[in-house]
Order: sequence, then C-alpha cells, then structure tokens
Amino acid sequence: MRVSLKWLKEYVDFDLAAEDLAHRLTMAGIEVGSIEQIGQDWENVYVGHVTSVDTHPNADRLRLATVDLGEEKITVVCGAPNIAPKQNIAFAKIGALLTDSDTGEKSRLKAARIRGIQSEGMVCSERELGLGEDHSGILVLPEDAPIGIPLETYMGDIILDLDVTPNRPDCFGMLGIAWEVAAITGNPVNVPKNAFAETDTPISKRVSVDIMDPDLCLRYTATLIDDLKIGPSPVWMQQRLIAAGFRPINNLVDITNYVMMEYGQPLHAFDFSTLTGGKVIVRRGKTNEPMTTLDGEERTLSTDDLIIADAEHPVGLAGIIGGGPSEVTETTTSVLLESATFAHTAIRRTSSMQRVRTEASLRFEKGLNPELSIQALRRATELFVNLADGKPAKGYIDEYPGMVTIEPIQLGKNHIKRVLGIEISIEEALSIFTRLGLQASTTNPETIEVKPPFWRSDLAIPEDLIEELARTIGYDVIPITLPISPFPSHEPDPMGDLKNQIRHLMIGAGLQEIITYSLVSEEMLNLTAPENLFTPVRIWNPQSEEQEYLRTTLRANLLKTFSLNQRNVESGLKLFEIGRIYGKRDNELPEEREILAAILGGQRSELSWQGEDRDIDFFDAKGLLEHILGHFNIVATFEAAQDPVFHPGRSAVIIVENTPVGHLAEMHPNLNKKFEIDTEPVAYFELDIEAILPHIHDGNYQPATRFPAVVRDLSFIVDTETPSGSIHEMIRTFPSVVSVVLFDIYSGDQIPSGKKSCAFRVMYQNPTRTLTDDEVDIAQRQLLEKLQREIGATLRD
Amino acid sequence: MQEQLDDIRRKALDELAQISNVGDLDEWRVNHLGRNGSLTTVLRQVGSLAPDERKEAGANGNKTKTLLETSLEKRTEEITNLVLEEKLKNDRIDVTLPGTPLMQGRMHPTMQTIQEITNAFVAMGFQILEGPEVEWDYYNFEALNIPPGHPARDMWNTFWVDYEDKDGNRPMLLRTHTSPMQVRTMENREPPVRVVIPGRCYRYEATDATHESSFFQIEGLTVGEGITFADLKGTLYEFARRIFGMDRQIRFRCDYFPFVEPGVDMSIDCFNCQGKGCRVCSSTGWIEIMGAGMVHPEVLRRVGYDPEKYTGFAFGMGPERIAMLRHGIEDIRLFYSNDIRFLQQF
Ligand SMILES: [Zn+2]
Repeated sequence: MRVSLKWLKEYVDFDLAAEDLAHRLTMAGIEVGSIEQIGQDWENVYVGHVTSVDTHPNADRLRLATVDLGEEKITVVCGAPNIAPKQNIAFAKIGALLTDSDTGEKSRLKAARIRGIQSEGMVCSERELGLGEDHSGILVLPEDAPIGIPLETYMGDIILDLDVTPNRPDCFGMLGIAWEVAAITGNPVNVPKNAFAETDTPISKRVSVDIMDPDLCLRYTATLIDDLKIGPSPVWMQQRLIAAGFRPINNLVDITNYVMMEYGQPLHAFDFSTLTGGKVIVRRGKTNEPMTTLDGEERTLSTDDLIIADAEHPVGLAGIIGGGPSEVTETTTSVLLESATFAHTAIRRTSSMQRVRTEASLRFEKGLNPELSIQALRRATELFVNLADGKPAKGYIDEYPGMVTIEPIQLGKNHIKRVLGIEISIEEALSIFTRLGLQASTTNPETIEVKPPFWRSDLAIPEDLIEELARTIGYDVIPITLPISPFPSHEPDPMGDLKNQIRHLMIGAGLQEIITYSLVSEEMLNLTAPENLFTPVRIWNPQSEEQEYLRTTLRANLLKTFSLNQRNVESGLKLFEIGRIYGKRDNELPEEREILAAILGGQRSELSWQGEDRDIDFFDAKGLLEHILGHFNIVATFEAAQDPVFHPGRSAVIIVENTPVGHLAEMHPNLNKKFEIDTEPVAYFELDIEAILPHIHDGNYQPATRFPAVVRDLSFIVDTETPSGSIHEMIRTFPSVVSVVLFDIYSGDQIPSGKKSCAFRVMYQNPTRTLTDDEVDIAQRQLLEKLQREIGATLRD
Repeated sequence: MQEQLDDIRRKALDELAQISNVGDLDEWRVNHLGRNGSLTTVLRQVGSLAPDERKEAGANGNKTKTLLETSLEKRTEEITNLVLEEKLKNDRIDVTLPGTPLMQGRMHPTMQTIQEITNAFVAMGFQILEGPEVEWDYYNFEALNIPPGHPARDMWNTFWVDYEDKDGNRPMLLRTHTSPMQVRTMENREPPVRVVIPGRCYRYEATDATHESSFFQIEGLTVGEGITFADLKGTLYEFARRIFGMDRQIRFRCDYFPFVEPGVDMSIDCFNCQGKGCRVCSSTGWIEIMGAGMVHPEVLRRVGYDPEKYTGFAFGMGPERIAMLRHGIEDIRLFYSNDIRFLQQF
C-alpha cells in the first residue's frame, strides 16, 4: 500500500517528519517498508505558464513556446503535440536533473541549439520528471497552479510503502491509515461528507438486483448515475492515483480507484446500457460457463466461482475483475456503480483457481465489513456528480442478506493486567480507543465497553483491544519480569539426547556434519533407495522434479555431497548427517525415522611428512560404527548382505539383538560413477537411531577382579568362507573367556587353497579365584575341540 | 683377615670408580662378588677360623659385601644415567615439524546455533521437544486459528502432500512452521508448560539469498497461571543477552500472527554497530530476531485449556537467520550448499 503523505494530510493533520511517522506506524504494527521522495531532485524545475506557441522556422513538427516563469520569460523549442497557450506546465531550466525518456537514465539538462534556434530549458513530460511512464506529451498542470514556484513545492510528495498485515484491510485505505495517525498524534480525522443531489426517478424503477447465493454475497449496494461526461480526471486526482501506483484512465474509472484507495472498499462501474434487462444477478458460475474478463483472458467458470451477470451473460468475476462488454468506455453516459461485500473465502478461492489477483481481490479476500460498502458508494457517487456532472437516480440498491451486527466487546481492567502485566487506567484506555475511532464507554468503574467501527473487522475479543492499548502506548512501558509459575515436571527426551551424543561422537571421530534437503527427485530414489523399505511420499505441488519426493534414504544426498566436495579436500573426505527419512502410511501421517548416515573415502589420514597412508575402506566405516555403538555398550553383529546399491562382496546388515538396524558397505563402483565420484572405494553406513534406542542400557557396575588373567594365543586353519565374526563369537562365549581379539589373518603360501589361517589372542579369567595353568590348558584344548567340531578348524603348527 | 677385607674393599672401590660402561660393571661384579670373586674367596675362609674370631670376621665380611653391593648399584645407576644422557643428547628432532594430523570434524552451523539457543532456554526451565515435519492442515493452520480460506494463510506458502481424504480434500502438508507443536504439546500435557521445539520447516518459496524453501525454526511455548507479556519480555530479554551479549537491548513492535494476541516482533539493538546504524541492521540500529506474542485464547480453548485460568506466550525464530547475523553470512543458501570449505569455518 503506497501512502502519499500529501494526500494523507487531507484526512488528518500531523507535523511529524516522514521518518518519524514511518517509525511510529511501524512500531504500531503498520510496517513501513520504504520511504520514497517524489520531487526531491526537481531542482531548477518550476511551474510555468505558456503565453504563446509559435511555429519553428526550420521544422514542421517543432514549435517555439514562450513560458512565463513570473520573474522571467523564456522561449524554448518544444516537440510535444499537446502544448498550447494558457497552459500551466512544468518548466526545467538549464541544470535540472531529468529522466531521459528513451534510456530512463537521469542527466542534467544542457542548453541546446535545435534546428538553428537556441533553447535554454524544456517543458517536461511525466516521464522526464520521473512521475510516470507517459511521454506522449507534456504534463499539463491545473489552472490554479501558482506560476513561478518550484515544482517540488507544488507537486513534491513523500510516499510511505506499507506492508499491511492480512488482519488489517482497513490499512488498504487512506482513511484507515488516517485513524492510525490520529491515534499517534491525537488529531481528529476528517471523514468526507458525501452530500449530493439526486434526480426524482427512483433507482428501483430501473434496476433490479438479485442475490442468488447469499452465502457468498453478504451485501450488494449500487447507485445509478446518468448524463455522465467522460474525460480525464482532475490533475490532483491523477497525481494522487499515480502516487498510489495507479494509471489514470478517465474520470469514471479513476473515481472508483480513488475511492477504493480512500476507503479500502473496491467498487465497480458497469456501463448501464450494456446490462441486458436492467438486471444484476449475483450467482455462482455454471459448470464450464465461458467468460472473457477485462484482462483479455477467456475463462471457464465453475460452480465455485461467484459472478455478476445481467439477464443473460456474466459481466464480472465478483470482487475480482470485470467482464468485457460491460466496461466503461468513451461513449458511456450511464453507470451502475457497484459497492458490494463478498464472502472473502469465495474471492480467495476464485482468485487462486482462476489465477488472477487484483487490487480488488486483494482487499476482498481479507474480509470487509458490509457497513463499509455503503460509505464508499456514497463517496464515489458524490465524486461522479462533482467530477463528471453525473445525475444520480433517487436512492440506492441495498440487498443485504448477510446482515451483521457488530457486538460490543467488554474489557475488564483486570484483564488488561492479566495479559500485559501492567495496569492501564480506564481513562487512558478510553482516550486511546477514542483516538482510534472506537466507540468506548464505561459500563462500571472496572469495565469498558467498546463498539468497534465498521472499518476495523479485526477487533472481536478483549485481547484484540488489549493489543490496541499496548501498541498505542508502546511495548517499551511494559516491565521485564520472569515467569513465576512453577517449572513443569521434567520429561526426558532420550531420542534428542541420543542424537546429540552421536553427533558429538561423530565430530570427535573427525567427521564433518552436513544437512541436506529432505526433498529429492524420483531418479535419486530409484538410484539409491533400499528395496522394500519405505514407500516415498510425493509432494502434490513440487517446485521442481528435483524436489518431488520426501527421501526414504540419505544415500543420494550423501553421495552428492561427497561428489561435490571431493576436490575441496587434500585427502580423505568424511561426512555424516543425522536426519529423517519418511515413509508413506495409509490415511495417517508418514512414518518419520531419524537416521545416522556416514560416507567416507580417500586417504585415511591427511597428507603428512610422515608418509603416505592407506585408503579408507569398509573396515574404517565399520570401526567408526563400532566406536559409536560401543559408546552405548551395544554389541552388533554383521551379516553379509546383497543390495544393488552396494559392492556385492562388501556389504553387510548391522544386527543388534536379532534386529537389523542398518547397513554397512562400500558403494557399488557404478553408483560412484553415476555421482561422478573419482574416489574408490567409498565406504558408507546408515544406522536407524530409533532402532538402537531400546538396546542402550546403563552398564551395571562390576568391581575389577583382583585375580590375574591368563593370555593364550590360538592359531588354526579354517575354510576361507567361514565368517570370522562367527568364530569370534564362538570363542567369546566360551566359558572362562573374558575377551578375544583377532590379531592375524592369512592365506597364501603354506596354507592350502580355500583355507585361511586365523590367530586369536584369548584372555581367560575367573572372577573368584586364580586360574591354574592346567585349567587354562584344558580350557584352551576344549575350545579348540569345539572349533574343530563345529567349523572344521585344524590347529596350525 | 681384617686386613684382607680392607684390601679387597679398597681395591674394589677404586676399580669401580674407574669403570665407565655397563659391560665392565658385570666383570667387576664377577671379579669381586662372583662365585670365585676376591671377596667370596676370603669369606669362604671364615669357616676355618677359630670360633671366637669367626663371629667378628663374619660380621665384617658381610659388611664389606653389603658395601660393595650398594656401591655397585649406585655406580650402575650413575653409569646408566650418563649413557642415557649421552644418548638423549644426540636424539634431536625438528620441533617445528607438523604434528600427526587428525581430521577435524565440525557440527553444522545450523545445529550449533540450535544447540546454543535451546541451551539458553533449557537453563530457564524449558524442555526440548521435536515433532513431525509432515503435518495435518489442522495442526499447521486450523488449530492455530487459521481456518481454511483465512487471509493469513497467504503468509505461509505451502507444500501439500499428494494425498486426498475421502472427502476429496488435501489435508496433509509439510509444516510451514514449528507452531503446530504448540498444539500437539498442549494436547498431550497439562499446564504448566515450558517447551522449545527446534525443527525443519518448508515453504513454497523461490530461493534467494534470504529465502530457502527448507529451513529450521525454533518454537517456544510457556503456559501457566499468571503468565504475562512482561514475562514474555523478560524471558526473551534473557535469551537475547545470552546469545547476543549481556548489554543487548530489546525492542518490541506490534505484528500479526493469528495464533497470538497481542502479537509482536522482537528486535535487538545492533551488536555490530551498537545501534548507530550499519549494513547488518540496514541502518536502523535494530535487528528483527523473532515473532512472539501471548497465546490466543482460541488456541487455548481448542486444546482444552481454560483461557480464564491460563495465559501463555509463544515465540518462533529462524536459527539460520541468527547464525547469518552472528557470523556475517550473507546467503542462506550456503547452509544447504554443504561446501566443506564453508562448513569447516564454524
Ligand atoms: Zn548495525
């Protein structure tokens, strides 16, 4: 909403500087986005009077205009077709800063010789002054413009550009802003009087209005004005409309826009001669009913759209945009002037379905009070009379099926204290309400009754009034305290705690945390999603194919990020993300699971003078994973698994207490290629954080045993295919064994083919007594027998 | 006998003093204390002495033996130390060579900011909660006093999930703010309530330097008896001081969010220019940090809280924006670029 301060002063007086006013309005909730100065750079431009226009001796299309500037007369060359004697115009002297009408750039005016005639100055167009786009001719000023004064004094203005919140449609009107200024300054608001004379014929004899869908049209008011003289609107009105961002068209259209800017109520003028049957019907569209709107769009209506029709055809999309044939034209003499109140939900829906937003729909969809329509109607009718010589028929149409009564609001003094924490006296509250244009009175010493005015559709409950008080006195006066209510009982957040601990462990292990988009493309999911896990959730209105589905895996994003960064680091790249995956469910919200995923590749350590290091592989990822799980005393087992995303021989399912909780693998080289990753291998794991949560137990405290442990090494040969994990498990669970470490694994020379040699260091210990060598020998022998029996191990000599 | 012992002692100690390497020490031990050593040989004669001499000679012999043994120990230590010192003297390194590198892991700046902010509130008795990112229209809008068709819906451009209920409505969406968790929290708990809720949100918006379609928010909610706007001010003032410095000033201006009344916007005085006006604060001296307000009575009523008995305040802020302000980051898209050269600076 662009607010001209010159225009605003017509309704309320204020002597605040623009910056101060902008600040006060902003603090009160009417945010001023920017302040624009008009005419600030109009130095050397003056109001002039054309005394004579003569032909140029050397050019047919140029003329010599003599301009009276009060204290001097200057003759200049002028090419504008509309220049004429007795006009008041804007005259730029040499040195004036003007906008070049071709390039749009600003430059200083220099003296020039045009076709042999010296020209010291220029008569300006709108565009040259930066006032608008018009360059078809010079700007003609009103007859009463004072000759010789700087143009800035006469026409300069300051525009506040407001960001109006959706609850304040009143601030889409100058009068609404005026009430805000009144609350700040305490000055009164001058509301237009709107008096005019009517003819004798009652409007009801000539027009009938039928609201077929009263749920969508709360009120329809209209006047009928004849004998209109169409022409340009007065310059002051044009100036104000330009300042507000409108293009002046003609007096009739300009008046409807002007009154919309004044009251915030959109109006529509129909050429009455085009309304078949003198009838206005407010109804829903019919399925597939065609209609052409003013913007030239051929539209297809539905029963959700509210339209205005005459006896035969649609003539407007109600509250949004008019329809072709009914529009005011140069030949219009009679106008049916509509000021209606439409259901804001209907306007919003149609505006979004038909993809058309207008100044009218912008206001209607916020919800306007039906009382506003009649005020604006009278104002516009008055202007039709005064500015276009119109003759209004007697009375006005007023169909009002959606009659609303504004209920008074009771505001107790205690209520103010209960919400704001401070006392505000009844007197002060009354004074604030009155300045805002609210009818306020006391019903008893502790209570104020407030009747909100029709333009404040946002006021309904006592809290709304409390906000009016707070924003007017300013939030600064409210003290600073801390809540005295008791602390709520503490409810633990184990998932949050677990995620944080894991995050810190991963960082401690040298991994960089990343956060990636949870919306991904179908292609990415097809490439990387695990089979048979989650069904992806599709977005109905995605911004692009790239972000069409909620991810069911973090794999694609990690691969992408790895690829993106592989050249940004000297050595290995180690990344992790803790984020959600999402799985579709029937008729309920999707499942959201927190996943830890890590991707690692490249050199294991950073480049160092201490020598080259080996590359990161599966076992680095596994070690990291075991480090994380070990922190929570979780022992996982790993089973080789197949997943087309992973290297077929280097991929495992992570199992904790018989439950799969994630995957550990090297990425399939083909996948790396697809993501343009040069590093090989790329190790990866993903862990379902929620799935491990139930397995986290506080370790029970065990006093350290004082009996010594006995360490023995055990080397044997088994089939290559025997997983070392199961051998390890067999040894670990053997009686008296307290720990076991695989410290060598070998195949090749001296080992039969298809076999491998394993060496384990086994620690035996008894918590209650010292084990004898004999006992350990026996245990070791029995252990080996078990290994021979179960996995065909043979002792290596 | 005594003379023999004195002789051996003198000779052995003299020899010992001359020794300068560990190998010679062992030879010395064999020569004097060994099975056929000088002292052992003399001591062997004690048995053949007359009984009255035997006792004294034995005592003296043992004394000499102890003396030689302790002298050997002492000398051994001296020589070992000398040898070690000599060895260390030659074992020099270039102390300016780089250490063995460990990879540096860092938390994502958004997460760091979220942790700092939530920690500030936890210290004031708030609990941290999280909630679903895919939500029902009811929680995201309706229960927050934003029914279908409400003009304020334009404030949140929404990604809708491709799901239709049996009435042909599309009621599932990606949450546009963390505020639905206000409703979920109050539905599940009795007052008093004091929670902060960090989480991801989504808006259907063109991405530019200050807008991301995916971003984080931190929501806060306090409900109880006797909670006032002054408490809102106090709580957020304390937050602002902890995050932006103890001498920060705060300022509130009226703003509109349908689920609070009165609704405000909180600014802090610019920490960069101390309020004088600079690029960070767009020359205003103030920086908008978050929206806040007193919980709307209609929102309380919907979750079954009696608005006559309870009041509360709520607030919401964007951790990325706060991180941008604090670190002078000019483009929000960097947070999702995941360029390690950006991430490793925090
Ligand atoms: Zn600043």
